Amino acid sequence: MFLWGANPRENHPIIYHHILKGIHNGVKLYAVDPRRTPSAQWADVWLGVNVGTDIALANAMARVIIHEGLVNEDFIARATTGYDAYRSAVEPYTLEHAESVTGVPADVIREAAITYAKAKRAVICWTLGITEHHNAADNVFALINLALLTGHVGRYGSGLSPLRGQNNVQGGGDMGALPNKLVGFQDPLDSDIKTRFEQAWGVTLPDHYGWNVSQMFEAMHRGDLTGMYVIGENPAQSEADQHHARKALEGLEHLVVQDIFLTPTAQLAHVVLPAAASWCESEGTVTNSERRVQRVHRALTPPGAARDEMWIVAQIAKRLGHDWGTPQAEPVWDEVRRLAPNMFGGMSYRRLEELNGIQWPCPDESDPGALFLHGRLWAEPRGGKPAPFTPVEYEPPVEMPDADYPFQLTTGRRLDSYNTGVQSGGYASPLRRREALDLAPEDAARLGVADGDMVRITSRRGSVEAPVHVEPNMRAGVVFMTLHNQDDVRVNVLTIDATDPKSGTAEFKACAVRVEPLGQTAVAGGH
Amino acid sequence: MDLHFSDAKPTAEERRAVDAVLGAPASAWDGAEQRSARDGHVAFAGHAARAQRHLLLPALHALQSAVGWISEGGLTHVCTRLAVPPAEAWGVVTFYGLFSTTPRPGRVLHVCDDIACRARGAKPIMEALEQAVGPAHEAPDGDAVQVGDAAWVRTPCLGLCDHAPAALFTVAGDAPVERSVGPIAPDDAVQAVTQGHLPEQPRRPHPQDGDASLRLLRRVGSVDPTDLAAYEATGGYQALRRALELGPDAVIREVVASGLKGRGGAAFPTGRKWEAVAGQAARPRYVICNADESEPGTFKDRVLLEGDPFAIIESMTIAAFAVGAAHGYVYVRGEYPLAIARFEEAIERARTAGWLGGDVGGKGMHFDVEVRKGAGAYICGEETAVFNSIEGFRGEPRNKPPFPVEAGLFRKPTLVNNVETLANIPSIVLDGGAAFAKIGTEESTGTKLFCLCGAVERPGVYEVPFGATLGELIDLAGVPAGAGVKAVLLGGAAGMFVKGDERDIALTFEGARAAGVTLGSGVIMVFDERADLVDTVLRIAEFFRDESCGQCVPCRVGTVRQEEALHRIAARRTLGGLQSELHLLEDVGAAMKDASICGLGQTAYSAVESAIKRLGLLQEISR
Repeated sequence: MFLWGANPRENHPIIYHHILKGIHNGVKLYAVDPRRTPSAQWADVWLGVNVGTDIALANAMARVIIHEGLVNEDFIARATTGYDAYRSAVEPYTLEHAESVTGVPADVIREAAITYAKAKRAVICWTLGITEHHNAADNVFALINLALLTGHVGRYGSGLSPLRGQNNVQGGGDMGALPNKLVGFQDPLDSDIKTRFEQAWGVTLPDHYGWNVSQMFEAMHRGDLTGMYVIGENPAQSEADQHHARKALEGLEHLVVQDIFLTPTAQLAHVVLPAAASWCESEGTVTNSERRVQRVHRALTPPGAARDEMWIVAQIAKRLGHDWGTPQAEPVWDEVRRLAPNMFGGMSYRRLEELNGIQWPCPDESDPGALFLHGRLWAEPRGGKPAPFTPVEYEPPVEMPDADYPFQLTTGRRLDSYNTGVQSGGYASPLRRREALDLAPEDAARLGVADGDMVRITSRRGSVEAPVHVEPNMRAGVVFMTLHNQDDVRVNVLTIDATDPKSGTAEFKACAVRVEPLGQTAVAGGH
Repeated sequence: MDLHFSDAKPTAEERRAVDAVLGAPASAWDGAEQRSARDGHVAFAGHAARAQRHLLLPALHALQSAVGWISEGGLTHVCTRLAVPPAEAWGVVTFYGLFSTTPRPGRVLHVCDDIACRARGAKPIMEALEQAVGPAHEAPDGDAVQVGDAAWVRTPCLGLCDHAPAALFTVAGDAPVERSVGPIAPDDAVQAVTQGHLPEQPRRPHPQDGDASLRLLRRVGSVDPTDLAAYEATGGYQALRRALELGPDAVIREVVASGLKGRGGAAFPTGRKWEAVAGQAARPRYVICNADESEPGTFKDRVLLEGDPFAIIESMTIAAFAVGAAHGYVYVRGEYPLAIARFEEAIERARTAGWLGGDVGGKGMHFDVEVRKGAGAYICGEETAVFNSIEGFRGEPRNKPPFPVEAGLFRKPTLVNNVETLANIPSIVLDGGAAFAKIGTEESTGTKLFCLCGAVERPGVYEVPFGATLGELIDLAGVPAGAGVKAVLLGGAAGMFVKGDERDIALTFEGARAAGVTLGSGVIMVFDERADLVDTVLRIAEFFRDESCGQCVPCRVGTVRQEEALHRIAARRTLGGLQSELHLLEDVGAAMKDASICGLGQTAYSAVESAIKRLGLLQEISR
């Protein structure tokens, strides 16, 4: 198993319990991460890449696999396209070149590649270390290419697994909460699909895609977007380059925020709609990392004026001239099943209860659900289109350290805090400490600072102050902060909003900063 | 692993001691002082790192013997090297009596104050030490305390009851000293603490030295235990040669036919154990020689280990051949430095001569043995506790099933045999099981070693064919003229008292059963009319309270309640009268017997019960 740009020990604790079972059963674990995270400490081998050099590592591994004759030729022939171009593309990624780019010793890269290729079963899991980069999609392609090269996809125990950071990220996508997809990842520009939805809903759908978050913020700055309805997000703190993002939100003519907490974004809103908590105060389903759709039940009555989100949305629709009545969870779900029958058709509420959730796709009620995807690539004859190799080239992060900003700041999360801290910051934790700048011992010595000493961290976009935490798991030249304590230390003032044109994700994982000691020590204690 | 280390750093001395055992660290992640550029980009840990946990106990010994205690910095270094969470390692360190987690002087005299030595002059030694150097060392409050050069401490039975009163002398440093001595005079004890000088004192020959009819002890005292050629010249390695010819199945058949039963105390048929291990599908398999004899009053295994180590190695090799094991451990209690040294030397010589290693006896068999040193924990002699101890965990017994033959050391099929049990193997292989079965009685075959100590003229290990009576054994060791035998403790602290006139008890498994007693590990501790039996019973209760591992409630709580009640009775301050206290003891004892996980709790009331019911001892107090 490869954990590539993922720290599930801290950030995906539920699935990490399952990973630990695998480790106890003998799984050999490789962790690719600039930091030796708690997940990486469990690994047999930690490959401490330089920030943002994942493509160089993946391409070099591919080259080793090709040169060692360990490619899965049958699979490549039967199920893929574009191998020759891919082989030529990775040829320049020699071990020497990869070592100089990634910092990982050549012998370690070589061993990792051979182990991956020779394994009977192998999984690559990744999270934001791969996707929070300006070339996020290319990073993902680099990993997909490895799986195609070795046939580690579409089989039991092998695969590619982007771990979801929350219980229902997958469900949000499933339901079409994306600018270019409808329910069940259907393309709204496909005329058959568009017609089907228009007939079902009795409306005309737009003939263009919507904007992703980054594009929305650009449109706000241009003045093309003047009103916003935010449900369960806190962009005033979660967006990169926070000064910039806040200015955009403040410039809106009308901002509506629907949330269970009065977040800093909600504090900027013209209207706040207090919502019921979806995991305990309302009926419905969620979908987890393994595509398992699960029922959630209302266990509590929402407090005060908080209302079920479905009810709120229906009320807004009513004010906009569409009377949907008072929608209930099960009929809404049945509509989802009708509109995306290939994915959800067989998932009645009754079956979801009986089977403790079902993994999509599940087209009809005789289908047990799918343990893994892409099995069609191995079917005889192969089902559907072949999977294309997508050659990608290494490009360094947009902003690299230089003489003025000599440190590379990478951001992430810790075990007992949650994103911007809205849901976790209000509760005590024995592990949590106040926000601090994680710094390698060598850098601490060079700067003459010790644990708790205050420093100013400055990027080209802004500046924050925080105490230092000397962290032996950091490498010199790289510093780390989280986004959990934004009320205290607004880390996203520093981050860069360089975004991936293909996915719209910002490069939270790499920007250049300067660190200056302030000559004072922080008051002890967390919050 | 989820490893959270404190900032405590090892001293250069601690680092050197640990690295001498574990080898030089491969990287900063593995404990090297300096981080290399490579360390910033790669770390190896995972399965390989966690698989080293069995080196925890040897590494802790290295720290203890180099600096005299285990500091936070030293422990952190060990934990870094072995990928063990410090909190878990702390649990292991504090489990063992020989480890100190607070500063302690480098030179320490551990004075036995257990039942056998108390009966033979331990108290004058301790009084002399108290007068000359002050009270026994106690753990200071805090880590930064200055301690002197030397101290003395009290210790439970050192297994030198035949040389009572006994002591263990340890000096920490680059060339650490560990010596067990006895009998020790009060002046010598004081000099050892104050001057660091303790005269050499060879072991006394065992009382039957020179008796040609002996089977287990025949080389002890007469053949140089460090001389492999002498061992071979006196029949050594004949049995292994024969076994290699016979093949594993035939060897096991002979052991089954011999009727040999385990000599550690449980008397389980040895052949059945061997069959069970050989019949497992899982590999690898292990052979463990349990040399953790810590039962107060027991020292027979020490005599064999010190006096005839090659015989035990040969026997282990035969066992390994029979059950298909390639690796063996000898788990010796830490209080036996001479036995450990002799055994390690013997292993080295056997390896050099090709009797251990990749091609045993030139027959292509692979087998090697390593010594694991205990660290002062009675419970580690329990057959499953020894697995946990070797694996680097607290030496707590495991629940059974699974039994060791299926899932023992490292959860693999494991043969655990006591030293004396193994010592019988060569003659069984050479003479055949049937010939062995003719010795002794039908149910108790072979000869047996008995540990005679206490108020006898010639304390020591006696080998007799099964069938002798208690009186005959006592007569062998001799009772001084005029001194009447008041009571005898059979089987050690976990055994039972009998009255001095119960001389006719036959010392066989069936005879002991009929008399309602146990042979246990073969202890026969004799008390004369002058003996303070109440003090002895209190000491036994204290021993069990101290040695209970604390894992299961009946034993953890029961041993404390038992000791408290006994102290109240002894002080004539009973709660609700003697009968009420005796009822309490009976209730607590029954709970321990019925509900404890292992033999420690199950037998913690035995001696007390027999003192009440057989001797009427406690009833006497209140009269």
